[in-house]
Amino acid sequence: MSATATSILNLPDQATATIPKKNFITAEDGLLSWLLTGDHKRIAMLYIISITFFFFIGGAFAGLIRLELLTPQPDLVASDTYNKLFTMHGIIMVFLFLVPSVPATLGNFLIPIMLGARDLAFPKINLLSWYLYVIGGTLTLTALMLGGVDTGWTFTTPLSTHYLNTHVVTTAMAIFVAGFSSIFTGLNFIVTIHRMRCPGMTWFRMPLFVWAHYAASVLMVLGTPVLAIAIVLVALERLVGIGVFDPTKGGDPLLFQHLFWFYSHPAVYIMILPGMGVISEVISTFSRKRVFGYTAVAFSSVAIALFGFFVWEHHMFIMGVSNYSALVFSLLTMLVAVPSAIKIFNWAFTLQKGSITFETPMLYAFGFMGLFTIGGLTGVFLGSLGMDIQLTETYFIVAHFHFVMVGGMLMAFLSGVHFWWPKMTGRMYPESLSKLAAVVTFIGFNLTFLPQFILGYLGMPRRYHAYPPEFQVLNVLSTAGATVLGVGYLLPVLYLAWSLKYGPVAGDNPWQATGLEWQIQSPPLTENFPEIPIMDHEAYDYEWLEHKTAHEVKAVG
Amino acid sequence: MGISPVIWQFLVKWLTASALFPREGSTIAPWMDELYFFLLAMTVVGLVLVGAILFTFSVRYRKSVHPVATQIEGSTLLEATWTIIPLAIFLITFVWGAVLYFRIYNPPVNSMNIYIVGKQWMWKAEHPGGQHEINALHVPVGQNIQLTMISQDVFHSFSIPEFRIKREVIPGRYSTVWFNATTPGEYHLFCTQYCGTNHSAMIGTITAMSPADYKKWTEDSTSGMSLAQNGERLFASMGCNACHSGTAAARGPSLAGVYGSKLTLTNGSQVLVNDAYLRDAILNPSQHVTSGYAPIMPTYQGQISEDGLIDLVEYLKGLNTNYRVQQTLTTSQSDQTAPTTPGVVKP
Repeated sequence: MSATATSILNLPDQATATIPKKNFITAEDGLLSWLLTGDHKRIAMLYIISITFFFFIGGAFAGLIRLELLTPQPDLVASDTYNKLFTMHGIIMVFLFLVPSVPATLGNFLIPIMLGARDLAFPKINLLSWYLYVIGGTLTLTALMLGGVDTGWTFTTPLSTHYLNTHVVTTAMAIFVAGFSSIFTGLNFIVTIHRMRCPGMTWFRMPLFVWAHYAASVLMVLGTPVLAIAIVLVALERLVGIGVFDPTKGGDPLLFQHLFWFYSHPAVYIMILPGMGVISEVISTFSRKRVFGYTAVAFSSVAIALFGFFVWEHHMFIMGVSNYSALVFSLLTMLVAVPSAIKIFNWAFTLQKGSITFETPMLYAFGFMGLFTIGGLTGVFLGSLGMDIQLTETYFIVAHFHFVMVGGMLMAFLSGVHFWWPKMTGRMYPESLSKLAAVVTFIGFNLTFLPQFILGYLGMPRRYHAYPPEFQVLNVLSTAGATVLGVGYLLPVLYLAWSLKYGPVAGDNPWQATGLEWQIQSPPLTENFPEIPIMDHEAYDYEWLEHKTAHEVKAVG
Repeated sequence: MGISPVIWQFLVKWLTASALFPREGSTIAPWMDELYFFLLAMTVVGLVLVGAILFTFSVRYRKSVHPVATQIEGSTLLEATWTIIPLAIFLITFVWGAVLYFRIYNPPVNSMNIYIVGKQWMWKAEHPGGQHEINALHVPVGQNIQLTMISQDVFHSFSIPEFRIKREVIPGRYSTVWFNATTPGEYHLFCTQYCGTNHSAMIGTITAMSPADYKKWTEDSTSGMSLAQNGERLFASMGCNACHSGTAAARGPSLAGVYGSKLTLTNGSQVLVNDAYLRDAILNPSQHVTSGYAPIMPTYQGQISEDGLIDLVEYLKGLNTNYRVQQTLTTSQSDQTAPTTPGVVKP
């Protein structure tokens, strides 16, 4: 083995190494071969391009928001424009980036390979779900071009139904359509995981990445239709005034929030669970050790998915819900925090007696663990009934969910993209530049969002265009952090694009990882495996890998 | 490189003027802060613990000093430890938070009631004495103040961070919160629920004053009519008194002393008459017919503003006898009917 003492990276001899001539990228040529493909790997690539596009649009809005908040006065944009900025930022980031981020890209690419299958169960539905995503995205952009929408991403009634004159129905349609994209992805994953595992691939030999996606898929399939219903009711209320949410017609405006959060709380777990799957893979690989307490981690994903459906009312503790139902939901919220704590400790103990190296994916994974711990524990603040009164609807909650969604999910996404980049493209990214990006992202993130916790306890409300002058110092820090964070996100785009042509050839298994995806060529063949593999070992079995590698070397010699 | 003293002074002033922790302006604030510091401690301990584990393992088991990993399956004992200990801490947080929540959302019985009406984009406060304020609220310190709040249009949220209270202000439904201000001074009032264009301008000032100053303020800013007096006038002008006159032949039930009582409705259910019930019964009478009466009352939906409803509710709260109702009724009827000559037989 050529790996040094500080890295497990094992690249083939660059003088002789080449990318395999036959792979899923070169299998067919022309734009149509991509747009009409049924190959899960090509669809994953289409998703990567589209979600990156929307990420930077959403990011640009975030930049404008932070720029406006540099000064206490409402001076950069008009109030309506500001309201549109945070609305579009939320809608794009949640529905067009975070929800599809890991599942539709890495999940799509890897789940069939990890299960030893040639494709997902329904390749055409998989392609359809990308088209639905694109239609949803196009509708969102249309609403944006026509003048935007300013409901907030939560579409709170009766504001969204009776009081706003912006493009609510167009945006509602966008979310409705994009929702079906995620339902189909979830359905595809569930069926694939149940039916298409290769011989020997029992449930408890599946990588934890697959377990996490299974839990997230169940949430997608059961939760998203409720969002679709809620959003259709908003559109109907606007268009024909059916009055479900209108108190003057006997409707209940709070009902909308029940319906909306019934999806949107599980949606948080749709976003974070796949990220947790990535972290399990990365931590195991870079500490050369099986994941500590495999079953605990697997079942904690399922527990999160299960409890995740019964905590939605914690978004409404101050909204005049019955005090006793608030008690129940607060208790359940405390219970859902436990599986996350279990995961964190299991990952931490995976390092114990390992042989740890610190390549870029691992740095992002460490970042994830730190930021997710803060994000998770500050969630306990909000789940605690009395504390929620002071903190909800302030910058504390903004900071909290950005720690979970951006500090957690985006870190996990970047970790996963770097980790599997050599598998997906056949080439390595530049290691030192990417380490720099990981560190810059971590510093920028903390500088942006830590001050917001303090602002929140001070009482600065969210979605405020102007604020009292004594809050300025913290806001300036936050904006400064956002600038650093922006650099941290731009760097990977640049060097990953660069690496497509100039990156070193990666070989089949640069990380010497155990997953099935690492035992095939990079980039993989269209059919993934020349012949369907037989799984004869546990997941994360490094002894099996060592034995196999030793055997291969002998055979070549 | 020296820094200009002017810029230096500006920076120092700017940084020291920055707020880091909110003042404690009410009796609720110290309770909230205790829980906050407990939770902060929990976060710091948790973060330090995770950080220490990661750091220690990263140093001890990095590849250069520990080249070959030792495979470990897991440990039921450890799994149980990090399931039970966090669960226990979270349950403490749950109980503590629940106690605080019930304290903040159950106003003490002897509170002074002030009505708040939220609308895009202003706060109206109505004191029982008839004082009206826009985007401002004057309150005495050392007294329990209950706010009964309602929105005229969309969801708003009434937040006084320095008192550590916040409650959603909902269209079509009263919500309540209370506080007891401890220190005279001015405090921020924010709308924290996004409510449209000028959401961030829906702010105001809470002025807490000594009881003597507050008394002076109420006397100086009275509008001449208390809420109940306004309500009495509405009660007559809307014609409520025609049926709710309290006489034996009246078509509607007597409303004297109805507030706080238990009513039996025609559908057999029992209800406690409170602010919310009275408001609903005016707007949606067919759902709230008192047992023994015919469902003949028309809806007043869209005919009375939220302010008017508050006046009526406040009037009915203090209505103990129907004497004045009947007096008003007699006066208005004698005004309306043409004078009749005694002795002439009506056709």
